[in-house]
Amino acid sequence: MGDAPGTLAASWIVARKDLAIEFRTRTAFLSALVFALLGVTIFYFAWDATAVAAADLAPGVLWVIFTFAGLLGLQRSFGSELADRAIDGLLGAPISREAIYLGKALANLVFVSGILAVTIPAVVLFYNLPFGAGIGALAGIAALAAVGLVAVGTLFSAMAVNTRMAELLLPMLSLPFFVPIVMGAAQSSARLMAGRPIAEAWPWLRILVAFDIVFVTACTLAFPFTLDE
Amino acid sequence: MTSASEPLAVARPRRDILLGVAILAVALVYVRALAFTPIEARQGAAQKILYIHATAAFIALYVAFALMAISSILYLWLKDEKLDRVAESAAEVGLAFTTVVLLTGPLWGKTIWGAWWTWDARLTSTLFLWFLIVAYSLLRGAVEDRGRRARYSAVLGILGALLIPFIHMSVYLFRTLHPMPIVLKPERPSLPPEMLRTLLFSFAAFVLVYVALLRARYALATERTMLEEHEGQLSGGR
Amino acid sequence: MTSTPVVQAEGLVRSFGGRRAVDSVSFTLRAGDCLALFGPNGAGKTTLLRLVAGLLAPAQGTVRVNGVSIREGAAARAQVGLVSHASMLYGALTVRENVELAARLYGCAEPSAAAHDALALMGVEDRAETPARTLSRGLQQRVSIARAMVHAPKLLLCDEPYTGLDDAGSAALTEVLTERREAGAALLLVTHNLTEGLALATQAAIMRRGRFVRHEARELLDPGSYQSQYRELAAVHD
Repeated sequence: MGDAPGTLAASWIVARKDLAIEFRTRTAFLSALVFALLGVTIFYFAWDATAVAAADLAPGVLWVIFTFAGLLGLQRSFGSELADRAIDGLLGAPISREAIYLGKALANLVFVSGILAVTIPAVVLFYNLPFGAGIGALAGIAALAAVGLVAVGTLFSAMAVNTRMAELLLPMLSLPFFVPIVMGAAQSSARLMAGRPIAEAWPWLRILVAFDIVFVTACTLAFPFTLDE
Repeated sequence: MTSASEPLAVARPRRDILLGVAILAVALVYVRALAFTPIEARQGAAQKILYIHATAAFIALYVAFALMAISSILYLWLKDEKLDRVAESAAEVGLAFTTVVLLTGPLWGKTIWGAWWTWDARLTSTLFLWFLIVAYSLLRGAVEDRGRRARYSAVLGILGALLIPFIHMSVYLFRTLHPMPIVLKPERPSLPPEMLRTLLFSFAAFVLVYVALLRARYALATERTMLEEHEGQLSGGR
Repeated sequence: MTSTPVVQAEGLVRSFGGRRAVDSVSFTLRAGDCLALFGPNGAGKTTLLRLVAGLLAPAQGTVRVNGVSIREGAAARAQVGLVSHASMLYGALTVRENVELAARLYGCAEPSAAAHDALALMGVEDRAETPARTLSRGLQQRVSIARAMVHAPKLLLCDEPYTGLDDAGSAALTEVLTERREAGAALLLVTHNLTEGLALATQAAIMRRGRFVRHEARELLDPGSYQSQYRELAAVHD
C-alpha cells in the first residue's frame, strides 16, 4: 500500500469521480444547457429592440442567465453522495475534508465552464455582438465569474442537500452572493465588448478577483463545518 | 406524561421592565423629535423620519449584524449552544429593525425627492442584509437537528458578514460611475446641534429597545431548547 | 504479537439530543483479534462503529489506531476499512470504478490490480463493468465488502456484513475475514447472527443502551448458554 493522496491529488480524484458520474447520465448538463439557451432567447423578445440595442443588452442577459443555469448544475452536486451514504466512503478515506470540497468545486467548475462555452457563442450569435478582441477578455471574465459562483454554490449545495427544501433553499442562499459576481462580470464585459479601454473595466475586475480570493478561502475553511461529525 | 420525571421548571412570566423602559424612552424621544426639535428648512416635517430611519439602519447594520457575525464565529470555535441562541436572537430582532429601515426609506425618499428607491450603497446593503437574514431564518427552519442547524447558521452568518462589504463596494462603484439624476442622500448630514442631540437620544432609545428585545428573544430560545430536551428525555432517553 | 494494539478505544462517549448513544465504552484489539459485538436495535453499535472509523467525533474519549488518534489526521484512517449498513456505492459508476475509486483514495500503488483482486475475492469480478445500481442488494453488499478490503486494512469495521448475502457470499465473506485476521488485522464485527459472530470472534461483547453489559474473551464463554443469556439481556428495552 502506498501513501495516502495529498489534498490536491485527492481533490483531483474526487473531481474525476464526479465528472465520471455526470458524464454517465448527462441529464443535468443538457438540462442546464437548454435552460441557458432558452433563457438567452426569451430575454431577446422581452425588450423593445428599437429602444435598446441588442449588443447593450447582451452582457446583462449573459451573466444573469449564467447564474440560474449554474444553480441547476449546483443542485445535483451532492445528491450522489447521500443516496447510499457514499459520502461516508469519502469521509472514512485518508483524505482531508478540504479535498472533498475542492474536488466537488472543481467538478462544478468544469460543468459551469461547459455551459459557458456554449452560451457565450450563442449570445454572440443571437445578439449580434462584434467579434473582436473583446471576446478573449470575455473568456477571462467568465473564468473569474465561474470560480466565484462555484466556490459559494458548492458550499451551499453541501448544506442545502441535507434540508427539507433543498431546491428552494439553494437559490435563496446563493443568489445574494452571486450579485457582486454578476455586477462585476456584466459591468466589465459591457465595457470591454464596447471597445472601451481596460482601465474602465479594471475596478470591476478587481472586485471579481477580490471576491474570488475571499470566498474560495472562506468556503474551503467553512466546508468541514457542514459535515456531521 | 405519566412518567415519574420532574416537572419542567419554567420561569414565572415576569414583567419585562427593560422593555417597558425602552419603549418609554422611544416615546419620549418622539415627543422631543416632533414637538421640541426644529423643523428642517428644506425637507419640512417629513425629515423627522430620519430619526427612525438612520438609527434603525445603524443598529441593524452595525449592532445586529455584527452581533450575528461575531457569535457565529465564536460558536464555531467554542461550540457553546448559547452563542447559537444569541445569533438567532440577534438575527430575528435585526430583521425587525432592517424591515423598519426598508419601509421608512422609501417613505422618506418619495416625500423628499419624489423617488421611492435610490439604490445608494447603504440602503442597498441594508436590503441585502434583509435578504440574508430571511435566508438565515429559512435555513434554520429547514434543518431539524439542533447541532447541524447551529453550524449551518453560523457558516451563513460568517459568509454573510463577508458579503455585505462586497455589496457595499459594488453598489458604490456602480453609483460613482453611473451618476444618478437624483440628489445623493446625505449620508452624514451636518445637523444643527438640536437635531443632533435628538438623533443621539433616538439612538440610545433604539439601542435600549434592541437590547430588550434581544434579551426577550434569547429567553424564548432558551426555553424552547429546555422544552425540546425535556421532551427528548420523556420519549426516548435513559 | 505486536506491542501496539491495532485499535484502542478509551472512554468513548457520544450523545444525540439529550441521550447518550455511546456511554463510556473501552476496548482494545490486537493483531488477529476479532470483537463480535451483539445487541438490540438502538443499543449504539452503529454509533460506536462510526466513532472508531473517525466518521463521528466523540464527546469524550479517544480512539487510537496503531497508536495514532483517528481524529488527529487523515493518515490514521488509511488503516481502516468500513462495511456499513448502506452500500456507500455510487450507483451510476460501475462496480470496478467504485472499488478502484476506493483504491485510489487509500493510496494503493496499483489501483486497477488491487480492485480486480478484491472483486475476485468476493466473487463479483464478472460484474465488474455493470453499473452498481443494477445489482441486487446481495451483490452490492459483496462489492461494498470488496471496496472495504481493497487497501488491505489493518482494522476492519463491519456493521452486519452478512445481511443480504447468500450462502456463497457468506462463505466468501467468512473466508476473507479469516484471511485478514491471519494477516494480522483486527476485526470489529457487529452482527445479529450469534453463530457467525462467535465463529470468528476472539472477544465477544453485548451492548445495550450505549454500554457494554458483557465483554469477555471468546474462550471463556459457552456458546450454548450465551444464546439464551443474550436473548434475556436483549429482550429488555424501554
